[in-house]
This record gives sequence, C-alpha cells and structure tokens, in this order.
Amino acid sequence: MTALARTDTSIVGRWWWTVDRWLLVAVVSIAMAGVILSLAASPPVAERIGLDKFHFARRQIVFIAMALMVMVCVSFLGPRGVRRIAALSTLAALILMTVTLFAGNEIKGATRWLHVGGFSLQASEFVKPGFAVLAAWLFASRRLNDQFPGYALASGLYIIVAGLLLLQPDVGMTLVISSIWAVQFFIVGLPWILVAGIASLFAAGSAAAYFAFDHVRLRVDRFLDPDGGQGYQVGRALDAFRNGGWAGRGPGEGRVKEVLPDAHADFIFAVVGEEFGLIACIIILGLFCFVVLRGFNNAAKDQDLFVLLAVAGLLTQFALQALINMASTVNLMPPKGMTLPFISYGGSSTLALGFGLGMVLALTRSRPSSGGMR
Amino acid sequence: MTMTAHRTVARRRQIEGVRKQALDTGRSRLLLTGVILAVAFAGVAGRLVDLTVLGNTYEPRMAKAATVPGAVSGRANILDRNGIILATSLPTVSLSADPAMVLDADEAAAKLALVFGGLGRDDALLKLRGPGRFVWLARNLTPGQHQEVIRLGIPGLSFHRDERRVYPHGALASHVLGLTDVDGRGIAGIENRFDQVLRTAGAPVRLSLDLRVQSVLREELMTAMKEYKAIGATGLVMSVETGEVTAMVSLPDFNPNKPGRMTDVAAFNRAATGVYEMGSTFKLFTVAMALDSGTVSLKGGYDASEPIRIGRFSIRDYHAKNRWLSVPEIILHSSNIGAAKMAIDVGTEMQQRYLGRFGLLKPAGLELPEVGAPLTPNVWRPVNTMTISFGHGISVSPVQLAAGIGSLVNGGIYRSPTLLKQQRAKGPGRRVISAATSEKVRRLMRLVVSKGTGRKANVRGYLVGGKTGTAEKSSRRGYSKSAKISSFIGTFPMNAPKYVVLALLDEPVGNKRTFNYATGGWVAAPTVGRIIQRMAPMVGIAPDLEATYETPMIRALEKKTRKANLVRPKQPKKRMQTRAQNRNQKRTWANSVSKAVGRYQVRQTDMEERIVLNARHALTRAVAAKNAQKPLVSTALTALE
Repeated sequence: MTALARTDTSIVGRWWWTVDRWLLVAVVSIAMAGVILSLAASPPVAERIGLDKFHFARRQIVFIAMALMVMVCVSFLGPRGVRRIAALSTLAALILMTVTLFAGNEIKGATRWLHVGGFSLQASEFVKPGFAVLAAWLFASRRLNDQFPGYALASGLYIIVAGLLLLQPDVGMTLVISSIWAVQFFIVGLPWILVAGIASLFAAGSAAAYFAFDHVRLRVDRFLDPDGGQGYQVGRALDAFRNGGWAGRGPGEGRVKEVLPDAHADFIFAVVGEEFGLIACIIILGLFCFVVLRGFNNAAKDQDLFVLLAVAGLLTQFALQALINMASTVNLMPPKGMTLPFISYGGSSTLALGFGLGMVLALTRSRPSSGGMR
Repeated sequence: MTMTAHRTVARRRQIEGVRKQALDTGRSRLLLTGVILAVAFAGVAGRLVDLTVLGNTYEPRMAKAATVPGAVSGRANILDRNGIILATSLPTVSLSADPAMVLDADEAAAKLALVFGGLGRDDALLKLRGPGRFVWLARNLTPGQHQEVIRLGIPGLSFHRDERRVYPHGALASHVLGLTDVDGRGIAGIENRFDQVLRTAGAPVRLSLDLRVQSVLREELMTAMKEYKAIGATGLVMSVETGEVTAMVSLPDFNPNKPGRMTDVAAFNRAATGVYEMGSTFKLFTVAMALDSGTVSLKGGYDASEPIRIGRFSIRDYHAKNRWLSVPEIILHSSNIGAAKMAIDVGTEMQQRYLGRFGLLKPAGLELPEVGAPLTPNVWRPVNTMTISFGHGISVSPVQLAAGIGSLVNGGIYRSPTLLKQQRAKGPGRRVISAATSEKVRRLMRLVVSKGTGRKANVRGYLVGGKTGTAEKSSRRGYSKSAKISSFIGTFPMNAPKYVVLALLDEPVGNKRTFNYATGGWVAAPTVGRIIQRMAPMVGIAPDLEATYETPMIRALEKKTRKANLVRPKQPKKRMQTRAQNRNQKRTWANSVSKAVGRYQVRQTDMEERIVLNARHALTRAVAAKNAQKPLVSTALTALE
C-alpha cells in the first residue's frame, strides 16, 4: 500500500490518499485485539458446551476478516453511494426483522435470531448503521429545505425500528437506536426546550422499560440494591478485574472464562482485565475513544451537514455499544446485553459494525467539497 | 433573465446562509456530544483503575465465601428420653466423575469395579460414558475404598464431603425413626416429620421413647409372634400422665441402615398407620360413657337372656348366661348383648360425642407422617351404635386405642399421644370423664385381670388391670373365621396407673399350650404381663406385694361363677368343635346374604367366654394343692403343661 504514489490516480490510489488512515489503523487495531482475545476467551466456553476448542475463535476470526473486507469495500463509496446502500440495507433489515418476529427462534425469552441455512442472523444488528445514515439524510434535508418533512420522516422511521425492536423484545438495542435518533436531532439544531423534552422522554422510556419488562426490573433492582450485590456474572467479572491488577495474570492464566457462560461475548472485557490487566483494558478503551473522537473531529470539519450527522449517528452507536458493554462489566450500570464492538463474539454484530465503520470511513474521506484540510 | 439570475443568486445565498448556520450549530453540538462521550469513556477508565489497582471492593469477599452452597452441614442426632443416640450422621466421602475428563473410560471402569463390589464394570462404564458433566459413582465410601481410589489415580474423578445416616440400634425403633434417602433427606417417620428441624436447628431431637422399654416390648412381641405364627404384631407403651409414647413397635420391621432390603409389609407401621376393629376392648369405652353420663350405675345391669334381633340379624352372647347381668358381669363375661343394650341406653349422639372425646374419631395427633385415619360408619344407625359398643364397625389405630384407654384410667384426662419428650411431669390435657368414673373403670379393669379373661396378664405386686379383645378380620369376602386380631390392653398399677401397655397380634394361630385358641386372653394377655414384669423396674415402679385394690362384687361373682362351673356339664371337646363349625357355616351364609343386601353385618366375635371356661378347666385340672401364693399366670401355665 505504501508503494502508492501521491500522484496515483487509480481508484485504490485515490482511496488511500483520501481515507483517514489514523482512523483506519485504529479500527484495524481493535479488530486485531478482537482476534487475540477471541483466542484467549472462547476456548473454555466452547469446551464447556461440548464444541471444538477453537470453534468460536475460528468463526470470530473469519467474521472479523469479512467485516474488515466489507468495511474497506464500503469505504470506497462516496456520500451518495453511502446513502443508497444505507437505504437498501435498512429496507432489507426491516423486512428481515419482520420475518424474524414470525419465523425466528425464541432464545431466553426473546425472538432475535433468524436461522437461514446453517447460519443464524440477527437482522436488528444491520438496521442500526443504515438507520443512522438514513435518519441523518432526512434530518439534513429538512434543515436545508423547510419544505421537506424530514423531521417527521426521521421520527417515523425511528418509531418503526424501535417498535420492531421492542416486539422482540430487545431493550438494549432500542436504547441505542433511540440515542442515535436523539443525538442527530440534537445536533441538527433542536431547540433547547425540546432537548429537555426529549431527555425527559428518555427518562420516561427507561422507567417504562423498568415496569414493562421483568428482566429489566430484576437487573436494575439488583444493581441498586447495595447489599444484594450483583448478579452472578457481574460478580465474577469484578473478581476477574481484581485478580488481574496492573498487568494481568498473563495470557491463559485467567479463571473467569471458565465460569462465565458469556466470557466470549458480553463479558469478554472481564477476560481482558484478568489476563492482560489494566493496561490492556485502557489501551482498548483508548482505541474506542480515539475512533469516536477522531471521527467526530473529521465530521466537524466537513462542509456537508448530512455527512456530519451521519458520522455522528454511526459513531454514537459504536461508542454506546462499547461504553454500555464496558460499564456493565465493571458494574457502573445495570447489566445490559451489549456486544463490545469487534471483540465480543458474534457474526451479525461484527459484520454490521464493519459495514457501519466502512460508511464512517467513506464519509470522512477528504473530498474536494469537504473542506479539504488534510 | 437578470431577474431570474438575481433570484437564483439570492436564493443560493439564502441557502448558503442556512447551510452555514446549520453547520455552525451542528459543529458546536457535535463537540458537546463528543465531550460527553469522552467523559463517559474517562469514567469507565477511572472505574477500571479503581477496580484493578486501588482494589476498591464493592462488597467484602468474605460474605460471599460464607454462603458457598454445597457445604454439608451435619444432620442432628435423634435421642431417646435418656439421651441414647437412636440416629446419628457420620462424615463420609462420596465419589463422582466428570465423564468428559475421564481419558480412558474402559480402564477406569475396570479398576473401579475392583474397588467397589457393588458397582459393576458395565454399570461404571455406562456412567463414565454418559453425556453429562457430573455423575455419582459411589456414595459413602469406606476409608479403605477412599484410599484405594486415590491410589488408582484416575483423572476426572472427584471426592465430595458427604454424610451417612447411621442407626446404631438397627431395627429396634425403625418405625418411629423412619429413614433418610441417599441425599440425607428424611423420607419416613421422625426423620421425615422433623426433617427441617434436624437439618437446620443443630440441636438433637429428643424422643419420648425409652430404649430399654422399647427393647423389652420388641423382644416380647417377637416371641409371641413366633410362638403363635402371627403374620404381624404391634405394641405400645404409653405414659398416661403425659401422653408420651415410651415404646412403640410394629412387626415385621426393617433395618433402616439397609433400606434396600425393606419390604412393603415391613415398612407398614401397624401401630400408627394400621387401623383395626379392636373388638371387646371397646366395651371399656361403652361402660365408661354409660357410667359417666349416668345412664347406669355399677349396681345396674341388663337382661342378657335373649339375643337382640335387628332385621334379619341378631346380636348374641356365645356363652350366654341367659339371665340378667350386672354391669361388672357384662365386662367380666364380655357380654355383647349387655354392651349393646348399654350403648342404646346411652344413645347414638352421646356415644359419638364420647368416642370423639376419647380421640377415636380423628387421626391420632402423633408426630409421624404415617398416622392412619380411623374408619367410622358413614351413617350412624342404631345398629352401628350397638356393634361399636363391642368394637365392631369401627376401626382405630393402636395409638388411638392406647391414648383413649389412657384417658379412662388416669382420672379422666385425655392427653394427645406424643413421641417427643415432655418437660412437665403431668402433661396438658382435657377432661373427658369424671375422676369418679375413671375410678370405676379401673376397678372393672382390675376385675378382668384378677378374675376374668385377662388373668394371664397379672403380675404379682403390680396390680395389673386390662381388657382382652379378639376381632375377626374383615376381608373382601366378609369376616374371616380364622383370621383374628387378638389384643390385650393393660394398665398398671391400678391404684394409680402410670402406663398403658398394648399388645396386638395379627392372625395368631393357637397351639397346644393355648388349646388351639388364639384369642386376646390367650396370646396377648401373657405378653403384656411379661412386658409389665420386665419394664416396671426400669421405669422405677417398685412391686408392692401388700397392695390390694378392691374390685366390685368379687365375692358374689366368685360364688356365682363357681356355681356355674359346677352346674355346667362337661362337654366333650369334639362336640363343641362341631357345634362351632356349624355356627361358622351359618355365619358364612349370613355374610354372603349381608353382602348381597349391602347391609351391615352383625357378628359374634368374642370367643372369650370359651377361653375363660377353658382356663378354668385347666385350673381345676391343675393340682389344687400347689402353692396358692404363686402368681396366677405361672400357676396356669404349669397347669397347662
């Protein structure tokens, strides 16, 4: 790649010199960390449920490779192409989500998975990036042209997506979608009074989730109760961090992965803490934070409101997933089933993230109209 | 043209203005969002430092360690009233396997089969190849087995702290104690009833049983059961002052240390679960309620000269006196006619009320899960009143009978039977008859033992009183001629009763020594006598050879009975049997008729008149010159030999 000359005007050459390479490197670093950690965390889980030792690791490595490929391919698109592919993917995801409701398999009380020819697909993962881009376009169009009913359309789209998610039910993902919608609405210039209104709507929604869903109430109650401590998984996760200390017990020396059913998925951060210690945790957290802030910075320099909103929405999703996952693992908030981007095991989630970050990279490429400051 | 160009430019400027404004707002708000997210990331990072390095423990680790599940807590002991251990738990080790960790199941199974005799190789192999991650291989290893398994060094096996319930006295109190399953949960008897207490309280459960008395009772019942080839036997010793059950035995019994060998018959608790038609012992209840309600006095009596006819059935006395009988004579001769007439005089409603008070209509309040409910008539007609007066048409458990008789003799206070040691010398209770009535009943019971059917229960110096009972067992085809429930309920000492002793034999068969009779007076009364003789010193009751207890109308009776004996022509034994057979045939016919019409069948069950007669014959035949001071029982026995 470094062999590409500045003057190379091929598609690849132009891509290489216009894409934000820092962002690219950070994302690839996270993906590599995901590869290493899936090797560390998933073998005991696979063994425990009677699968081949490297079943999860092998699959996750394939998923990450595919996700990186998807990301790079998508990042070749221009803003218009991103918009189109987002519209298509949103439509497809909405259809699949509807099908899931009728044909999906119920696992642990929720219908989220659709089984297609040996693969299980979580369609709702793919709706998030598409929704972020589509809503950004609708918001931006309305902002630049009063005639266009963009706010109403964006909110309508939000209600459809959120409704489908709640039917599964998937409270965590609804929260993410709601946040994307709210952040974009906020950035597009929502009057402060309405910001306060929406903030209170969020509070009301959380309260409603608390009373409407038993599992939500159980987790929150347990979190708020100072004596009851945490659930089993959170308790073990906290032990893991304590055991890990500064530098960790060393690769393969962790114990938490042997007792946690979700050590390879939602609680992988605890494995990081136990085996690799605080330093590795901070590095991973720093990478996430860097991707988000670097992306925001790029978006802020762009002259296109749509790009700004779309990147803000996509990275809000990325940031929230990382934050919620890590915060629940360290018991800063009630446990919420949320994957740590690229690191937790999960095919749908990893591929959808690759797709989303591909769009981020595509939108933040320096264009003649984008301000061209790099 | 210029106008449109102007407009377009103006429009473009306007749009440009909106765009700039929008971008400005967007940028500043995006910055704010970024700051908020950065703060959130910083917060998580701070928490991470806090957790890993500063070691801030959200909750002390100790509290968690204390509640680790699976720690085996010792099951409490069960003691007898004197503190002797009846059931205890020994720490042992159990062996489990994780089939996924066992490398060579074939080899492991072969090695294990050598250590454990009971665990077959195929069985072990099946377990070691199972799909799960946990399987018990052997529970409660001996220290030797434990050592050998360690020496085998098979991977994938693990040891667990375990407990084994041990009953040091084996079958001695099996029906009271019950037993536990392999996981230490009580599944019968006291172990089941007090399972929670034994598991959690830590303190032992102290029973009312006296192991020494229990041993005497069991030994004597086994002897009697063997001698009379009975299919079962049960007995009770109960304190009349507290309601405490001092001993309780049901035979056949089982060894709770080896539950695998237990049969259904052995598991059945005849003393608490079994209900039986008790026969003549019920006449004590009848006479008690008649005396207490003022229906009749000891001087009163009934005409027993003719059988009572109800519909096509009749109640008759076998050894009919064919004359008026006083109340003591009705008990002494066990007259069904007299008891039935007495009960009719008392009235159905009053009879029910008294039987209820004596605890005969509801399951006994004993602390066992296996307490049986009595069988009482659905509709209580006059015919039921009459048959119940002599113990038929109502089935109660031996515990109920003992507790009821206890309330008649202890001054008239009913005390619920209990298996737990009581602190007070006199337990709480409720008055069921007056103290004066109780006194009269005691005199009647003493009369039965000193002069009547219960003589074989007499023990010199202990003033034993009691009543015999013989009932024919009811089966699907009506009442059986040969299968009997023969019992004797005794109490002593009669001047101030302390204990009720019950012995009951299921289907005893008479032998030469009993002249082929298998009635209560022949098979159960001597057992009770021996039990009393052996247990009295243990429970601290000294014999009083001088003690007398006046019984009503003795002299008159003695004269009368002697006269009757003299007057009565001796009948050849064979002829008597033929007559009995004839009667039996008639009865069988009556049974089938009664079944056909679905009416309650009234039967004559008491053969006790004949027993009395026989005993007297034996005594007459005995050398009259034998030392008169010898106890009656031994005299009779010597005579019979």
